[in-house]
Order: sequence, then structure tokens, then C-alpha cells
Amino acid sequence: MASHAQNDGAPSPLHRRSPPRVLLLRKPHHFSLINRPLPDNFHFLKPWESPLPFDDFLSSPDARAAEAILTYGGAPVTADMLRRLPEARLVVTASAGLNHIDLAECRRRGIAIACSGDAYTDAVADLAVGLLIDVLRKLSAGDRYLRRGLWSSEGEFALGSKLGGKRVGIVGLGRIGLEVAKRLEAFGCAISYQSRKKKPYVSYAFYSNVYELATNCDALVICCGLTEETHHMINREVLLALGKEGVIVNVARGSIIDEKEMVQLLVQGELGGAGLDVFENEPSVPEELLALDNVVLSPHTAVYTPETLSDLCDLVVGNLEAFFSNKPLLSPVLYERTGCSAGIGSVTTTKPDSVGFT
Amino acid sequence: MDAIGVLMTCPMFAYLEQELEKRFKLYRFWDFPSQRQFFKSHSGSIRAVVGNTKLGADSALIDALPRLEIVASYSVGLDKIDLGKYEEKGIRVTNTPEVLTDDVADIAIALMLGVLRKFCGCDAFVRGGKWKGGDFGFTTKFSGKSIGIVGLGRIGSAIAKRAEAFNCPISYYSRSEKPHVHYKYYPNPVALARHCRILVVACALTEETRHIIGREVMDALGPEGVLINVGRGAHVDEPALISALLEGRLGGAGLDVFENEPEVAEELLRMDNVVLLPHVGSDTVETCEAMADLVVANLEAHFTGKPLLTPVV
Repeated sequence: MASHAQNDGAPSPLHRRSPPRVLLLRKPHHFSLINRPLPDNFHFLKPWESPLPFDDFLSSPDARAAEAILTYGGAPVTADMLRRLPEARLVVTASAGLNHIDLAECRRRGIAIACSGDAYTDAVADLAVGLLIDVLRKLSAGDRYLRRGLWSSEGEFALGSKLGGKRVGIVGLGRIGLEVAKRLEAFGCAISYQSRKKKPYVSYAFYSNVYELATNCDALVICCGLTEETHHMINREVLLALGKEGVIVNVARGSIIDEKEMVQLLVQGELGGAGLDVFENEPSVPEELLALDNVVLSPHTAVYTPETLSDLCDLVVGNLEAFFSNKPLLSPVLYERTGCSAGIGSVTTTKPDSVGFT
Repeated sequence: MDAIGVLMTCPMFAYLEQELEKRFKLYRFWDFPSQRQFFKSHSGSIRAVVGNTKLGADSALIDALPRLEIVASYSVGLDKIDLGKYEEKGIRVTNTPEVLTDDVADIAIALMLGVLRKFCGCDAFVRGGKWKGGDFGFTTKFSGKSIGIVGLGRIGSAIAKRAEAFNCPISYYSRSEKPHVHYKYYPNPVALARHCRILVVACALTEETRHIIGREVMDALGPEGVLINVGRGAHVDEPALISALLEGRLGGAGLDVFENEPEVAEELLRMDNVVLLPHVGSDTVETCEAMADLVVANLEAHFTGKPLLTPVV
């Protein structure tokens, strides 16, 4: 925990000090979407309400007094920003991904980071499983077929492929990956995974690289974070290894997959199908995909359920209150003892009482 | 064995036809322009019938085939088969249980996810180029929602097992309470519907279960409730379903079966809070082959004097 600037002894509970200043990098749409007001025991700085351009706003006395930053995926926390906010001791991101935060700089400055913890886990895992079943059992395609009147005029719809017995490879066995695995096991799928390190306490087969995972699986589900290492990690070789009947599901970040290659392979029939909630260039989706019946497309909706956003807002508020009451963060991001790799650091995210799972 | 005449009632699966042809003399009922002519010429040769849920072997057919010994149904459902008559005449009946349980349970969960998370709507949104104009909007979380199962047989139990992995609390209605089952039991479908968010029909179609889901059950399920049917269309009072959905008394529905397949009511085709499938419950390559293998194996067993693998009668 970062030390409290104002005292060396007893902690200062939130209600006894002036409301901590929290810089919002974007409009808090997670709160507004569910009509949740921002908590009134904090002073939120809203750059979009200022006549100053953002850069000048950062230099203003108001901003310089910010003790915490609240951000979302896509609103970067850069080294430059952190240098200009000397009082900032906490970054709260309402996202599972961390690729928009300069983790090395945060670590250097002793800045604590809180992420979305488990708030998104179920919703994203549900979507991943749903996309896989949809592709294999042709749910959306079947619904389209029926609504177009083809059941009456053309007869029986095409056969799908059974989920049970499929070998499914999870890329990235973090919170979301684990929940995807647990669900798919109930359908009779055989689970294996690829991760930076083999997980202790996990009985699924481990592969150290995605090519080997793809070679030994019928479907891949991408659940890892976007980092320099994972950018375009799912490339042409990996997709070819997955094969003509292979299915890829992505609920993580679009650029983990080499999208151009994937589209080409789908069009050529070298890849069996895809279920995608994320794309390299949202909201643009490659034209070719729009005409394919063996893909299921989703507009990055994984976390957009009222229940999920409500949990997320609770967590954001909970983390802010905990930090400024000198209590442990509810969903802290911990730095790996092995240190950060060049550029974006490698990190572990964990619940306070869990045992080193990523 | 290829002197044995086997009548197939309608097209089902090319692989099944091939396998039957290898072993028997196969008659395709739909190839004959006149049924009367067919019976006149061939009824004496037919010793087995392969039927399915679209076209089973009813009373009339049984009466027209004096040498009929066995009906092997390419289905688990027996609602198109006059069981009493078979028993009377000493005709054996087999179906295809177990092999399709997983597939049907998978489709039930797929329908639940589809209705709540609006997969079809989201896919259409992207394909229609609408994402550039703004976000899709909310869908409803599936994990943790309470699920009520009507009929806790093989398929119902398989649905429960999958739903539990999503942390969904499970309750059920069945003709009688099952011992050794840890799900909550309700003595009637209305009570079950009152206590769950998603109600799924997974029981067999019999005289008692015809229209088991009527207006009262739907009202009990309510404006946030979702009805899933992977049983038979006749389990649900379809006109009542349509008005409940149109009037907002029921939140949504996922249907793999309809009262009058392949006809589906216009009103349903226009709704975006429903997912509609053309009876694909067991329609995977793997399961169809397994079902076909079972039909063939049952016939072979019968005609070589061995015990039937999956007899019903």
C-alpha cells in the first residue's frame, strides 16, 4: 500500500478528510448506463467540462492535486500523465485489460492499481461459451434460415457439430479462462490451455505455445490479455494448425489474432468457423465476414449487462473507498516478482485471498 | 439378410439409407407416387419400418403391413407411434435414447444464452452495418439465473448439469419427486414457473403433457421470464404463447419445436425477443450417425435372433 502523505501514524478514515480528488479520463459511462450516480464522498475532476484542452487541464492546479485516476480500456494512463500528477497514488481501471496503462511507470512510482476483478468474469465467460455453441450448432444461422422461410421451402437445415468430446484449447487461463473451462467441461469438452507459465493446482493439459495447442485442439478460445507478446499471436500458422474443421472464439482483444489472415483462411475454407466479439479495428468488421454463415459476430458486448455493470460500479466505488480508508484494495493488480518485461510490464491480477492464479 | 424388406417412412439421413441398403431391401415410401399401389405390390415384403418424429408408424400403417415385426424409430420421442397397438400385435419397437441426450441439452442451453444475450440480434446488428452507428445496448446476464426444468429425465438432468456450471440454481417439476436429487421439486408447472426465471420443457409428449405450458404457466413465469422448448411443439399452447409475448406478459422464448412444423407463426418471425430453430435438437453429424448406427444395430439384432439394444416394446 502506498504511504499516506498526511500522517505517519493512525490511518485517516475517508469521512474525516476532504473528499479525495479523482481524475476521470473519460465520461463514466458504466455509471450513467445504469443510472448510477458517482459517489459523493469523492471530488471527481471532469476534463470534458473544462474549456481547457485536455493537455492544459492536466497542468491546472485542480488536476495536479488528483490523488487517483479512474480510467477505462482505451483511455491511456501514460508515463507523461503520471509525471504531471505528482499526488496520484492510485489508478482504478474499469476494465479487465491493462494494456492501456504504463505499468512500469506505475511500479516505479509506487502507484497502486485496481482493475475490474471478477466483475466481468461471468458475463465474458458466458459469451465465449455462447459463441462457441452458436458456431458449432449454427444457432444464429438456424434462426436466420427459419425466419427467411427456408424451413418450409427448402427443407431440413444443415447439420451442426457436436460440442461434447471436442478438444478445446483456452489461450490464457486467467479468471475468465478458468470460468470458460469450467462451463465447457459440463458439456463434455476436453480442456487444455496455453499460458505464460503452467498453473499449479490445475489438471488441464498445458502447452507452452499456441501452435502446439492449436495442433491438438478442435477449437481455441482466446481469453488472454493484449500485450506486446500476444499481439498477432494467433497467426496464420496457428490457424492452419487448428484446421479446416477448427473453430476460433475471441472475447479478449481483436489484435491478438492476425485478422487479415483469419479472414482469408475462413473465406478459403481452411478454417472451420469463428465466433468473434472483438476486432482489430472496431467498430469496423471485415466485409468478407459479413457474408459467411460459419461465423458469429458480436459488437463487443461481452460485459454490457445491467447486472455486470452494477457489479463493476460497486467494485470501482469499493476500491476507491478501501484505498482512501487505508484498507486493502478489493481487486488489486500485483506486479510479478520477476519484474516487468520491456515496455508494457507483465502482471498478475489476483483476488486478495486466491493463490497466485492468473 | 438382403431379402428382408425395410420400409423407410420419409427422408431422414443419407448415411442411414446407405447403411440400411447394405443389409436389407430398402423401400423408400416417398418414392412411390401411390401409397395404395405400394401396399398392393409390396406390403407382403415389409418386415420392418424405420420411422421418425415427422412420420412414424401409425395404426393405418400397421394394419397395411401384415408381416411387420419391428419398428425402429430414428428418434427418442415416441409420440408418433401407436404403442398400444404394437404391444397388441406383438410388434417390437426400438428408439434412440441416450445418444442424442447431450445434443438436445446443448441446444437448450444455447437457446437460453441466445435469448438472454441476444446472439442472433447482435450478429444481425453487425452484419447490417449498424455498429458504426452506435453500440448495441444491454443484454441480460445468464450466469446465476434460476432455471426450472419440466421433466427431469435424461435430457432434463443433462440440462441441469450444464446450467449448474453457470451457477444457475435448478428446480424442477416431474410426475413424481425424484429421490437422491438435490434440486428443489415443485408439484406442478405453475408453481415451478413462479419460482424461476427460465423455464425449459424437456419431458416426453403424452396425453397428460399436451399443452402442459398454457397461459397460467406463462403468466406465472412473467414479464422477465423466458420459456425454452426442446420437447415437442404440442407441449406449448402456441397461440397463448404468442399473445403472452406480444402483450409483454412473458419476456422471451427459445423454441426448437413448433405445433405445426415446418410452419411457424408469422408473429413469432417478427419478434426480437425470441430465438427460433428448425428442430435441430439432435442434428449434429456425430449424433445422427450414432442414431443411425443404433437403428441398424437394433434391426440386425432382431433379424439374427439377438436381444434388442434399445427396445421400448
